[in-house]
Amino acid sequence: MLAATSVTPHAKGEKSDRLFGMSDTLFYRILSVLIVFGVWEIAGMIPISIAFPTFSSTMAAMFEMIFDGRLIYAYGETLKPLGMGVAISAFFGVTIGVSMGLNRLSQWVWEPIFVVLQASPVAALIPLITYAYGIGITAKTVAVIMLAAPIIVLNTYKAVRNANPSLIQMCRSFQGTRLQEIWIVIVPNAAPVIFAGLRLGVAAGFIGVILAELLITPTGIGDLISYHRSIAEYDYMYAAVFTIIVFSAVMVGFLETVEIKYFRPEKKKV
Amino acid sequence: MSDVATAAPLNPASATPENIVEVRNISKFYGSVHALDKINLSFPKGQMTTLLGPSGCGKTTLLKIIAGLLEPSDGEVLINGKVVNGPGPERAFVFQDFALLPWATVLRNVAFGMELAKVPKAEREDKARHYINEVGLSGFEDKYPHELSGGMRQRVGLARAMVVKADVLLMDEPFSAVDEQNRRKFQEDLLHLLAAENKTVIFVTHSIEEAVYVSDQIVLLSPRPGQIHSIIRPEISRDTSPDDIRRDKKYLDAVENIWTDLRKYLD
Repeated sequence: MLAATSVTPHAKGEKSDRLFGMSDTLFYRILSVLIVFGVWEIAGMIPISIAFPTFSSTMAAMFEMIFDGRLIYAYGETLKPLGMGVAISAFFGVTIGVSMGLNRLSQWVWEPIFVVLQASPVAALIPLITYAYGIGITAKTVAVIMLAAPIIVLNTYKAVRNANPSLIQMCRSFQGTRLQEIWIVIVPNAAPVIFAGLRLGVAAGFIGVILAELLITPTGIGDLISYHRSIAEYDYMYAAVFTIIVFSAVMVGFLETVEIKYFRPEKKKV
Repeated sequence: MSDVATAAPLNPASATPENIVEVRNISKFYGSVHALDKINLSFPKGQMTTLLGPSGCGKTTLLKIIAGLLEPSDGEVLINGKVVNGPGPERAFVFQDFALLPWATVLRNVAFGMELAKVPKAEREDKARHYINEVGLSGFEDKYPHELSGGMRQRVGLARAMVVKADVLLMDEPFSAVDEQNRRKFQEDLLHLLAAENKTVIFVTHSIEEAVYVSDQIVLLSPRPGQIHSIIRPEISRDTSPDDIRRDKKYLDAVENIWTDLRKYLD
């Protein structure tokens, strides 16, 4: 036993920063949300525009739509293409991105496609999808993929390509196989950036599905938005938009949990 | 390691069969840059050899070629008399930047070599715990690298290399990212640990004091292209205390001589 004196584990004291019986981070989060809603309420009461309802009327509209089932039904419609599109984009996007990071030929084949797709005005192209895939769920799924996949692919590719060379050498020095190198070192090393790509991809997928519902056939949550806008029931329209933001935030939080739980446990303690 | 004082440099012939690592005619080019030029070296079994030289002399390149992490442009590396291409179980590497997996605990990092070799979890963790204790980190098994100081991280790197039972330990400036006080303590601990294990160590450093303090044999390299300038055996008795060694006349003379040799390569 060497150097026992210089290094002894020290127990970390519980953090004492608490406000109103909750941790300070939670307190500030709640405070920031309350401020945003408060400002929204005031801005709606002024009003800054007749198309801008107050926070309270938006919430009333949202609960009305939840309880009469309209919102639930709309989400049922929207989540089908969104879920499929995001799942396909995530699976193939990460796979393709990893292969691009590891293999020059794969990079050469895929990179132009996804760079072009990412840079192109996809909203303008979405109506064209109907020529190939009609107006059903397939077309909407394709729209989701067109928006979500490029971000996921390019993030994954960059993350894998920039894998820490020292960790790779370390794996080789202990006679790790190429497969071990990829699965035990490169992918976990790239996980934070891959997950950042997935979070952005989910958000982009939402935009894709709403665009498809606005531009291809009016169904689901996109229909709720465009219908209420067209009849000037702005509180209902904002309620629908609000639920998308909440849903998106929940998805992003879920992805963060998965990342920390399965790939980067060290972040939990930070 | 206690027989250093008696192992004279006069009998290289009888030492030949004991050379666990041999480097023959190694040259390395990076594009048009000539990094190493026809290096021939022998590393006696159970001894600590330091590769010392100014930056740009190719010492880390040579170490990584011996490790099998870099391909030489010419020449070959022999381990126990056999030519090797690529890394092998008889060599373990300690990295300058530690190269710890940030998402793995100390325990998993130390056991990483055995994880790659698919040693059962309970067995590899048992062995890892032993070496975590040996390097003075018991109690830190479940910590993550970002929770440790630089010196402690390198202790993890050292334990990871020791636990795979390689005969040859390759260390690439292991203490360069460790602060001066911890560095001294770490050097003492390293010598202590190695004395019990009968390892052959090839050690890269740019610190003259460090080289003289830890080495049985010092290979001085000159830069552009990297060539062997000279080989020095400090012949310092390691039976005395670390402080006595640092005051030993032989130690001070060796440091002075090397400095005189090296200063002409400085810009």
